[in-house]
Amino acid sequence: MPSTFPVLIWRGAADGAFRRYDVPRLASQTVLDVVTHVQRHLDASLAYRYACRVGMCGSCAMTVNGKARWTCRTHVDAVAGDSALEIGPLHHLPIVRDLVVDMAPFFDKWAAAKGEFKPTASRYDDFATVAPSSPARRAIDATIECIGCGVCYASCDVVGWKPDYLGPAALNRAFTLVKDVRDGAGVSRLRAVAGDSGCQSCHTHQSCTERCPKHLSPTASIASLKRLVALAALKGNL
Amino acid sequence: MIDAPLVIEDAPLRAVWYAAWRFVLQRASAAVLALCVVVHLATIIYAVRHELTAAAIVARMHASAFWPAFYTIFVIAVAIHAPLGLRAIADEWLGLRGRATDAVLALIAVLLLGGGFYAVRSLTT
Amino acid sequence: MPSPAIQRNDARSRGHPAFWAFVVHRVSGIVLALFLPLHFFTLSQALARPASLDRFLEWTRQPAVKFSETLLVLALAVHLAGGVRLLFIEFVAWRADWQKTTIALAGAAAVAYALLFALNG
Repeated sequence: MPSTFPVLIWRGAADGAFRRYDVPRLASQTVLDVVTHVQRHLDASLAYRYACRVGMCGSCAMTVNGKARWTCRTHVDAVAGDSALEIGPLHHLPIVRDLVVDMAPFFDKWAAAKGEFKPTASRYDDFATVAPSSPARRAIDATIECIGCGVCYASCDVVGWKPDYLGPAALNRAFTLVKDVRDGAGVSRLRAVAGDSGCQSCHTHQSCTERCPKHLSPTASIASLKRLVALAALKGNL
Repeated sequence: MIDAPLVIEDAPLRAVWYAAWRFVLQRASAAVLALCVVVHLATIIYAVRHELTAAAIVARMHASAFWPAFYTIFVIAVAIHAPLGLRAIADEWLGLRGRATDAVLALIAVLLLGGGFYAVRSLTT
Repeated sequence: MPSPAIQRNDARSRGHPAFWAFVVHRVSGIVLALFLPLHFFTLSQALARPASLDRFLEWTRQPAVKFSETLLVLALAVHLAGGVRLLFIEFVAWRADWQKTTIALAGAAAVAYALLFALNG
């Protein structure tokens, strides 16, 4: 009979509270294992999200002991130790219920930053040629890997302080498209990220970079956007 | 909770333009201040090591046209840089944003300019 | 009403050097912004009215004032060093492996300068 350990899980919406569950401690246990155990064996009313459970989809992102993480890739041993394990929904997003947040504001800001590709060719045109070694392509080598999990957004304190701030993921995506030679959005995207809620509000905390499960650096992308916006403004191209 | 998709309208161009220029001015004034502060820190250490009296410092300020020009540029850069820095703090930590806040910050800029120019004038005339 | 404890981050997610660098930069900026009007005032008074000059100088020799001066010099040096670091990140280059080093160097340079001031004064 494995020993149990205390786990605090957020129940309810924004006006909810942490509730304690005693969960069996097992070797190589992940936080997602813990949540799943609670829902299947202790309290079927617990709401949470997951999909691949192997660290590819980002659906299981939650706040674990104050830090945003993918729960399927977080070993309990690495975060709990002797203290209790505290599991809550991602910060900075409206709580639907328990561990489930409404991702709509996250993606609304993605759209507001013009994070959508604007094609300049049609299916009748030849394939675009993008040299892998070109500077523009190399600059976004890492940034294209973002899967929109929301961990960086939840980790960014500026998002917490400034509700309109577009946030690291949206700005990272905007930068990725700015450097995409096939994209036709041009100055309209720079304008989208040049406002008060745009790249200039980043204070280089690098919490996003610290927490990104894919080891991207939105801070680096945003620094590049700052440079591009400043140059465009100086040249009168904004 | 999950409503119809939000319609994202582009921000008015003027607001974007002002924001971009605030950023440019903040960084440009920072670069100017970096140079001014290095000089300022050097003069502080020089004055302290040579145990200059205030009268001696004032005499040196009068000796060259460089100092009034230098401190005038210093004051202008500060009057741009400090209010813009305070603007971010007011927005993020005090929840103060909008036209009234900007007006107060512009007033702070004017007061810094006035106080600074007065100090420079006292120093060099 | 949303409960702040769940909506925002707390200290647990802020334990990394770049965040401390931000706090130091912002706090030193506030200190300098508050100090400046006083600085302009005392400069204009102490230099325009020489009679009060000696009294002012005597006052600044007190240990408490000297200590405060050192803190101000540290604030200025650290704000400068941190600011130069940011200008470098934003306008020169980003290297992931330089981040913690630039913070360490900026902090060290500022402390070294403040020590220079304190020990010479």
